[in-house]
Amino acid sequence: MSEDVYVVGIDMIKFGRFPEKSVAELGAEAALLALDDAGVSIKDIEALWSGNLMYANAMVGQQILQLIGQTGIPVVNCANACATGATAFRDAWLAVKAGVYDLVLAVGVEQMGKGLLGGPGGSKGIPKEGLIGSMTMPAVFAEAGMEHARKYGTTFEQFAKVSVKNHHHSTLNPKAMYQIETPLDQVMNAEMISYPNTKLMCSVNVDGSAAAVLASAKKAKELGLKRAVKIRASVLTSDPWQERDLVMPDVNSCTRLAAKKAFEMAGVGPNDIDLVELHDCFATAELLHYENLGLCKDGEAGKLIDDGTTALGGKIPVNVSGGLLSKGHPLGATGIANVYEVSTHLRGEAGKRQVEGATLGMTHVIGLGSACAIHILEKVS
Amino acid sequence: MAEQSAKPLPAVDFLKIPENGEPYLEGHKCQCGAIFLGARSICSKCGARGKIAATRLSNRGKLYVYSIVFRSFPGIQTPYVSAIVDLDGGGTVKGNLINVEPDPKKIPFGMPVEVVYKDALGRKDREGNSYLSYFFQPAS
Repeated sequence: MSEDVYVVGIDMIKFGRFPEKSVAELGAEAALLALDDAGVSIKDIEALWSGNLMYANAMVGQQILQLIGQTGIPVVNCANACATGATAFRDAWLAVKAGVYDLVLAVGVEQMGKGLLGGPGGSKGIPKEGLIGSMTMPAVFAEAGMEHARKYGTTFEQFAKVSVKNHHHSTLNPKAMYQIETPLDQVMNAEMISYPNTKLMCSVNVDGSAAAVLASAKKAKELGLKRAVKIRASVLTSDPWQERDLVMPDVNSCTRLAAKKAFEMAGVGPNDIDLVELHDCFATAELLHYENLGLCKDGEAGKLIDDGTTALGGKIPVNVSGGLLSKGHPLGATGIANVYEVSTHLRGEAGKRQVEGATLGMTHVIGLGSACAIHILEKVS
Repeated sequence: MAEQSAKPLPAVDFLKIPENGEPYLEGHKCQCGAIFLGARSICSKCGARGKIAATRLSNRGKLYVYSIVFRSFPGIQTPYVSAIVDLDGGGTVKGNLINVEPDPKKIPFGMPVEVVYKDALGRKDREGNSYLSYFFQPAS
């Protein structure tokens, strides 16, 4: 393998609802913020990876360049469900790692409607939703949580505590969609969407964008390493075959496989990680990933949320940004926004929510269907 | 407009309705043991080609996990129980669990269930065809 790759500029817009803007406009905003953060111009960028799911066939990356500078560079448009942004970031990393480029840009952007995500169940015949069970996302992740409940006795209250924690974290993050405390009784008594996920245990559909400038070691040194973040591991997996695959989309085995590879690549273990941004698309999902990522042994996730281990100030803070649950989940942007959050802590610039002394952080996203992307990032100076 | 079928059509392609005999769920089983829903010739567990044969799945099984759905897409009546059932002898199927109260205290994991075949909740396609679907209910 060639030399390390660095994040030399990264930023995100405040997530929200911007129906008056186009997808390309939202993407361009984040791209400019990231370029400014790196102190470089679009003219310095050698290639662009653009992550967007909803308009995967619309050449969003080129549209962004049409707004900020058409320099003729190669553009790759990526779609990989909720791992779209992370996939754009990873493929940008791959190209620099391979030695093809010294300075590249990755953008993730999404404009979401409101309402439930999930397939209505095929165009043939009659609608299957509510006839052959449910394929709405809240139900799919409720069932994944119930599998944990079945194995380990995890309770509705323990799942709800994830939302209490992440909503609390978001009160410290000015770029989160919401900054509102939600006490346990409010989470548990909110409208039940799909047991055990109430409305406050579902991630927020928002518009958003995030972007990162990645550099080779040579270029990063040239630009200055003071605020640079080293990419220690970048891993992408798909879902290995599982017995219940056909009816139960599997978010566990692809995460376990990716975590194992990421720790091997970085040469570190879960105990070395100072903070994690993981894919809390639903409150139920967060607890599964504590175990999938090796933050605790199998069956101990409920204990971790009960004793505050994963809250800000705990041993391994998780989703200090507010997570998808409260920061919001613009599908294509999420994977880069996670890298922004961890990078901001490694740079010591996270303000009130700063994880003190953070030197190593991990990001994780899942695209159902399935794709899992994990990055391990390290403070440089 | 296509002609309306006199007999109900299957709601999913792995539900089989024989000319003479009871409806059943059909799996496709590879020699490696993996069971799929719907016809196919290549196994995604072991990668073998042409080692898959149709098999009749059991009408009895055990409730693996479920969710009680209170909010769904517009026009879909709630609540209902979305259940994942491991059938006896192999095969995992998703469907509605009926004849239970939509209360987690009343729906134990591992509960024995049986597959029953009924009209697809009155749903018809554009040609006006009726459909036969399958449901799970607590085993008698």
